[in-house]
Amino acid sequence: MNVKVLYFAWVRERIGKPEEDIEPPAGVATVGDLVAWLAQRGEQYAYAFENPKIIRAAIDRSHATPDTAISGAREIAFFPPMTGG
Amino acid sequence: MPIRLQREDFDAAAEAAALVGTRTGIGAVVTFTGICRGAEDGEPIAALNLEHYPGMAETEIARHVEEAQARWPLIGVTVVHRYGRLTPGENIVLVVTAASHRQDAFAAAEFLMDYLKTRAPFWKQVEHASGTQWVDARAADDAAAARWSTPRRSRQAAE
Repeated sequence: MNVKVLYFAWVRERIGKPEEDIEPPAGVATVGDLVAWLAQRGEQYAYAFENPKIIRAAIDRSHATPDTAISGAREIAFFPPMTGG
Repeated sequence: MPIRLQREDFDAAAEAAALVGTRTGIGAVVTFTGICRGAEDGEPIAALNLEHYPGMAETEIARHVEEAQARWPLIGVTVVHRYGRLTPGENIVLVVTAASHRQDAFAAAEFLMDYLKTRAPFWKQVEHASGTQWVDARAADDAAAARWSTPRRSRQAAE
């Protein structure tokens, strides 16, 4: 599947880009799987995802958890815990 | 119910007046304004940069406004959240709630702020003289948001 991935805040800074299109292999089924797969793409990715527990995600603009399936997703975003308000 | 994301400043009193308008039955209006402090962790800041996820920010705020309206008998709600570069003293966020009775207006405003702090896709970065630094989410904010969870309601959004 082809999916657009967005990065925000220091996740974006560490990876070096705000977004990209990716094509994860068939075995990558959940958000957690995707984080692990992205982390091994290079040093910057490993740095961004070095602590997967604090990475948050959204699929098609809704909060997702590490267990959430990614199939059918059009847009997946990764970011640190939110600090709005 | 007005929900706006914008760079520009807002006028809290004008927004509250506009929300009340000609609506009848309002006995209580709560107007909360979040303001950029001059220091973070004791260190003075030059500015706050607020990044956001366009598209998700509006829908997420709308979701919480809907939830507030489901939980309390609100007559009106306005939320305005700014983004971009803000300096100490500037307005960041506005929540206005209008209801017949004050308990509902107060509770809804607090609920919305607790959720905005933890589930609205914004990220703050402080500018010090020495450089920039991302603000860490606070456990106290997560705890504040969690206290609104009630077991009897089935939550649609994944936690």
